[in-house]
Amino acid sequence: MSPDRETPVTADPGETPTGTADARMAADVPPELLAQSLGPYLRAWWLRVRGGDSGVLPVVLAMVVVAVTFQIITPQHAFLRPSNLVFIFGLSTVYMVLAVAETVVLLLGEIDLSVGAVALIGGVIAFKLVQQPGPGWPWWAAILAALVSCGLIGALQGTLTARLRIPSFVVTLAGFLLWSGVLIVALGGADGFVNLDSTKFDQRVIYDLVQGAIVPVAGWVLLAVVVGAAGTALWLRAAGRRRHGLVAPPMSVTAIRIALVALVGAAVVAICNVNRGTSLKQVDGVPWVIPIVLVVLGAWTLALQRTRFGRYIYAIGGNPEAARRAGVSLAAIRTWAFALCSATAALGGILLGAFFYGEYSTNTADAGQLVLYSVAAAVIGGVSLFGGRGKPIHGVLGGFLIGGIAYGVSLLNLGTLSTPLQYILPGGVLLAAVLIDVLSRRGTGSVTHV
Amino acid sequence: MTEVNEAPEGASSYGDGGEPLLRLRGIDKHFGPVQALYGVNLDLPAGRVTGLCGDNGAGKSVLTRTIAGVHQPDHGQIFFEGRSVHIRSARDAAALGIETVYQDLALADNLDIVQNMFLGRERLRRGLLDEDSMELRAGETLSTLRVTTVRSIRQPVASLSGGQRQAVAVAKAVMWNSKLVLLDEPTAALGVVQTRMVLDLIKRLRDHGLAVMVISHNLNDVFEVADRIAVLYLGRMVAEGPAADFDRQSVVEYMTTGGANGRPSEPAGSASSEG
Repeated sequence: MSPDRETPVTADPGETPTGTADARMAADVPPELLAQSLGPYLRAWWLRVRGGDSGVLPVVLAMVVVAVTFQIITPQHAFLRPSNLVFIFGLSTVYMVLAVAETVVLLLGEIDLSVGAVALIGGVIAFKLVQQPGPGWPWWAAILAALVSCGLIGALQGTLTARLRIPSFVVTLAGFLLWSGVLIVALGGADGFVNLDSTKFDQRVIYDLVQGAIVPVAGWVLLAVVVGAAGTALWLRAAGRRRHGLVAPPMSVTAIRIALVALVGAAVVAICNVNRGTSLKQVDGVPWVIPIVLVVLGAWTLALQRTRFGRYIYAIGGNPEAARRAGVSLAAIRTWAFALCSATAALGGILLGAFFYGEYSTNTADAGQLVLYSVAAAVIGGVSLFGGRGKPIHGVLGGFLIGGIAYGVSLLNLGTLSTPLQYILPGGVLLAAVLIDVLSRRGTGSVTHV
Repeated sequence: MTEVNEAPEGASSYGDGGEPLLRLRGIDKHFGPVQALYGVNLDLPAGRVTGLCGDNGAGKSVLTRTIAGVHQPDHGQIFFEGRSVHIRSARDAAALGIETVYQDLALADNLDIVQNMFLGRERLRRGLLDEDSMELRAGETLSTLRVTTVRSIRQPVASLSGGQRQAVAVAKAVMWNSKLVLLDEPTAALGVVQTRMVLDLIKRLRDHGLAVMVISHNLNDVFEVADRIAVLYLGRMVAEGPAADFDRQSVVEYMTTGGANGRPSEPAGSASSEG
């Protein structure tokens, strides 16, 4: 125990010596705790990035690299056209929702390999239930039924993992195969399909989840509301902490964060509001799916950061023994996490069907690829495979990156190479992300369990 | 007070008549064929620090875990504030006011200090975690205990030194108005300054009227803080009494051989069960 690590260190990281011990300690400390103004804040943030806790930085950098690369190599430099970008938004939302679902289980230090198959089951349930003629359920009841059914599937898998302590990858691998088979039966054979009739109201609503768009003006209004609400929440939070005499990030940092949110949001709305139809039929506006994903992101962020359930998920991922001694029911939390993961995945499955113009078939629905992409998206986004580290926003950003890569590859005129590359590229990126995860944990010496 | 008379030594051995907060009588515990505890008697009075000594494998940890609710005794009784109690879980123990700081500290590395201190007992406001109130309370507790070396109580435990972690674990245990705190090797991994701090902290707990049991190999620390000393040898309580009745050599003899030459503090009950 070297005594120099015990001594209080000056609050300004700019003045600390750049020895490895100090860099390592600073690496784990959120920058707002060290700095009360912008300059030191940025320096503290950079120290943290260098120490391995880079947060969303790698995934954002990777997005820039992917965007620039595909813009250069796609024919006619078409990658960044608004119509393509909106298509990527739509495709990515499926991966985003699945990655957020997977994040919940990854945080526990477990893995769910059945998210893809369960998502497809959920989608098919919802699509079947709104059929007219057929069950003719209202759209909301069909969606609810899909979420609840998949939640029960997740609860079953979670119970096997949590109570019997069967490794989750075995349980969910079995689930992946089993539900993939059930899916084929549900679709009515290997070349069966189910599709939505967009002239009927309840089917139209589900179809419009991805295909429908908000009128351009309403998009701007919605953006103003979202930024206003998020900004107020951030600002009030910081102000409340200052009022209680607690450390809060510098006001300039809060302002920059709000400005960044507004900027990104404005870019998205502007891109979506460009006419992406033909000269005969105008198509524009923000797809409904974008606010839907924001709601999923917001709900899961709230659940994980501000509720006991979320806190216990992190605690179990960090040190299950500590959680157990604190009186946390490991089995209950794990079971609920698996159940809610599967319910969230069901929503992803419904979005997937809506994205493919309301048609579900065994061709559009590849459970294996979906699970690969969703795990990859979460890990690429910055969620640790070892549990306890990561946030829903990481899954969303990772899902966007994966969607961009998948679509970018399909834009290239590669012929037979196109399909293999859709596996090879995300696979390579996933490996890189896991390497970053492992190396950064080794760097900070904070591997909690292996 | 009537029950105190059943105790082999009576109330007089506490020096000034402190009533035992916790009394163990005839605790047996075995794991399969291995007998870990043989008819252990132990008194933990309020406002006293009891040092529990014993060599490796003497049963210190099992005894601690029995009080903490992790293990249930096969035979024997536990009295808390004069009432017979069954402590079946850590939650039961916490409800009585018994807190344990294990040697491995049981902190989640990825959570920050406040989150660790409130783990399992988070404060809520409108259904959501009340972070500000928890942070203020944790900060208060840490400053009462003069834990001032941490840079921020919002830093993850992964970034703390061993001494800081120990301090957080102790603070976590005493934040709950507990009546009895069990400390398993609280100074084992600490430097000089932090050991000093933890020992001072233990004395402060005693001055607040808490019963404290310190399990330690370090006899310097035991003699520094303990008012009473209890020695386990191969699962038997071979000596128990006021610290003044012991010296370093006699404790070492009890720990290594189970007996000492003509020391008067050996309890009759334990001695007769040796055979």
